[in-house]
Amino acid sequence: MASSDHTGDHHGSGSFPADPMHQFEIKRLLDINIAGFDISFTNSALFMLIAVFIISFTTIISVRKNSIIPSRMQSIVELSYEFVADMVRQNVGSQGKNYFPFIFTLFMFVLFLNMLGMIPYGFTVTSHIAVTFALAMLIFIGVTIIGFIKHGLGFFGFFVPKGVPIFMLPLLVVIEVISYFTRPISLSVRLFANMMAGHTMLKVFSGFVILMGFLGGWLPLAVMVAFTGLEILIAFLQAYVFAILTCIYLNDALHMH
Amino acid sequence: MEPEAAKLIGAGIACIALAGAGIGIGTIFGNYLAGALRNPSAAQSQFPNLLLGFALAEATGLFGLVVALILLFVL
Repeated sequence: MASSDHTGDHHGSGSFPADPMHQFEIKRLLDINIAGFDISFTNSALFMLIAVFIISFTTIISVRKNSIIPSRMQSIVELSYEFVADMVRQNVGSQGKNYFPFIFTLFMFVLFLNMLGMIPYGFTVTSHIAVTFALAMLIFIGVTIIGFIKHGLGFFGFFVPKGVPIFMLPLLVVIEVISYFTRPISLSVRLFANMMAGHTMLKVFSGFVILMGFLGGWLPLAVMVAFTGLEILIAFLQAYVFAILTCIYLNDALHMH
Repeated sequence: MEPEAAKLIGAGIACIALAGAGIGIGTIFGNYLAGALRNPSAAQSQFPNLLLGFALAEATGLFGLVVALILLFVL
């Protein structure tokens, strides 16, 4: 969708000053083509690398000189560690400790990708369904494998709800299976749609600022400032929801309801 | 009817899904506020659930928005 080759004028956007879909365009920064596969280094890859670099750099630098009274950097890292650790403890229980590094990495990665998108002229990697669906599918397959390792074939019992009349079971099992397999779709579309809708909305309002001119443009500008604050909240919230839903899915696989 | 016009009308209709999201988010925040005023000491512990419910309710509306965008830009 966001390849946006045909988002131009012929859809009636006409003389609207800012094309809201243009910001999602993927640009090739470095053409790499190996054996017919296009693995060019794009701006999407660049922002992922920046996010990984910032996360690793801050965490490694700030805990290198540990002290009992933490410095500012150290307390930021400790705060985020505690935040995710609490989340895992509450939603998965003590067994979730093994999976803490993955959840922490996932949360920080999505959070930084969302936040980097809020910087002007930044690129929002998570506004592409390809990225979020790959993440969600990875989580889905991994969690299903964990479920089968923990419970063997007994994991199929997950799809049979307890305490329902026997004649209802054929219907309910089908519903449970369908709801299980829509998990990666809903997980990925939630993140992608939130990020894309938010950034499109900001772009549309910035178009209003230009259209309404010097006298009238202040009103949409004020609205935009408020929306930017809201978007920063959403950026954090979606990373949080992504991580917490991963915890819930993991809990289902480990404890089966 | 021209296909282009039908596409635009369809995209507009798909955005009605956002009304449902609005109702859902309003219900969640309203009920949280009502519960928090009755028992302020328990409010803080339920704040993560509030955010989770908000995000889940908002997502259903955005699914409709995605349908609208697919109609406009992909089909």
